[in-house]
Amino acid sequence: MVRITHWLTVMCFLALLVSGIEILLSHPRFYWGEVGNVGMAPLFTLPLPASRALVPTGYQFVLPDQNGWSRSLHFEAAWAVGLTGLAYVLSSLLGGHFRRNLLPGRDHLSLPSLSRSIAAHLKFQRPPESEAWSYNVLQRIAYTAVVFGLFPLAIWTGLAMSPAVAAGFPAIVATLGGQQSARTIHFFVMILLVLFVAVHVAMVILAGFGNRMRAMITGTVEDGKEQS
Amino acid sequence: MSGISRRNWLVGGFAAAAGGAVAVKMAARYGLLPPDASGIYGPGTALTYAANRILVGNSPAREFSRSQISKPFVNGDPPKEATFQKLQSNGFLDWRLQVDGMVSRPATYSLADLKALPARSQITHLACEEGWSYISEWTGVPLAHVLSNAGLPPQARYVAYQSIQKDWSDFIDIAEALHPQTLIAYGLNGGDLPVGNGGPLRLRVPRQLGYKSVKYITRITVTDRMPKFAGDYSWYAGI
Repeated sequence: MVRITHWLTVMCFLALLVSGIEILLSHPRFYWGEVGNVGMAPLFTLPLPASRALVPTGYQFVLPDQNGWSRSLHFEAAWAVGLTGLAYVLSSLLGGHFRRNLLPGRDHLSLPSLSRSIAAHLKFQRPPESEAWSYNVLQRIAYTAVVFGLFPLAIWTGLAMSPAVAAGFPAIVATLGGQQSARTIHFFVMILLVLFVAVHVAMVILAGFGNRMRAMITGTVEDGKEQS
Repeated sequence: MSGISRRNWLVGGFAAAAGGAVAVKMAARYGLLPPDASGIYGPGTALTYAANRILVGNSPAREFSRSQISKPFVNGDPPKEATFQKLQSNGFLDWRLQVDGMVSRPATYSLADLKALPARSQITHLACEEGWSYISEWTGVPLAHVLSNAGLPPQARYVAYQSIQKDWSDFIDIAEALHPQTLIAYGLNGGDLPVGNGGPLRLRVPRQLGYKSVKYITRITVTDRMPKFAGDYSWYAGI
């Protein structure tokens, strides 16, 4: 279940990222609070051209509008990743994956254990194959933050942008300070998730891309002898 | 993969497919399937619509205080149609809103007729799918009032509306049409609705994104079948 949901999440994440950037291009300006438009000072503006002529960007051209399929894909992938996440969380709770493998235990969080792991990472040491079946402490912290922090926050801020959800559950927006705040936080969650994925993929390559990919796809680990 | 687990996957797959088919049947029976539920993006838009109809129901859009009103944003140019410009040159005195379709008393309203009906004002958020938004006070007649004047048959399911701009039309389900905050709006922030914001008449659907609030409306049609929907964006924009 962990492996299936992982690869479904990868597909959804790519779809959400591409379509999200496309949607963002129609208004690459960010605000705080409830309202924001080109008649107001933005919190910040991304140095990107826009797909709408009315947005001042400093560029002399307007990108083609691709919001139709982007929005449809974004919401469909959001449903898919939400349901996938639910399946992962339920099966991990029932099967003990969280308790056993994910949440850092007290012994993991001790100073010596932490500094040992940080030092190993800083030296770009290839982890021993004995570690192939478990997550190290930094992995546990990073994965926990993504699963219980960034992931729920992306859903929360995404829902807060919906006018109907805001009507039914106003607290979802009020706690974030407004719908434009939700949009801005949603953007930063995306940035953090992209950073996580970059580091995650770099670590997989460092640990031995072929072996790690085989493990994540088939669930088996080759004996440590052939490390390509 | 062992045989047993393969059998489990097969059984699970069939169960999921059967469950999905039953869910679609039930959704259709209770009016939870949107008109754009087919195609590759159908499942996403159908889930969004059904979830909102069940969980949000008729909850009112948030209303704000006067101090939260922001400067309205003018999105795009006024209509280029000669008919519009002719009406505008006469102060929209001859603007007409036609109400027809499966109603017992089809009618035509001038702006003065509409302003003589019970008015409602509400300070709501208008969010565009592009990402910008503003808060302003909208004044108008609840669409529900005009529909009940026209005599709504029980089998009515959708309300379609047409702009004077030929390419702009849309429709909403009967629940959204009868929602007390769905307005035929003629006023903005205490004055007449400016042309830049959709004046003289705009349908305001505050529980959905801005593109459902079609500007310059001239006709409202009640129907019991799904009008053809060719929009690029999802039909249901409560999202």
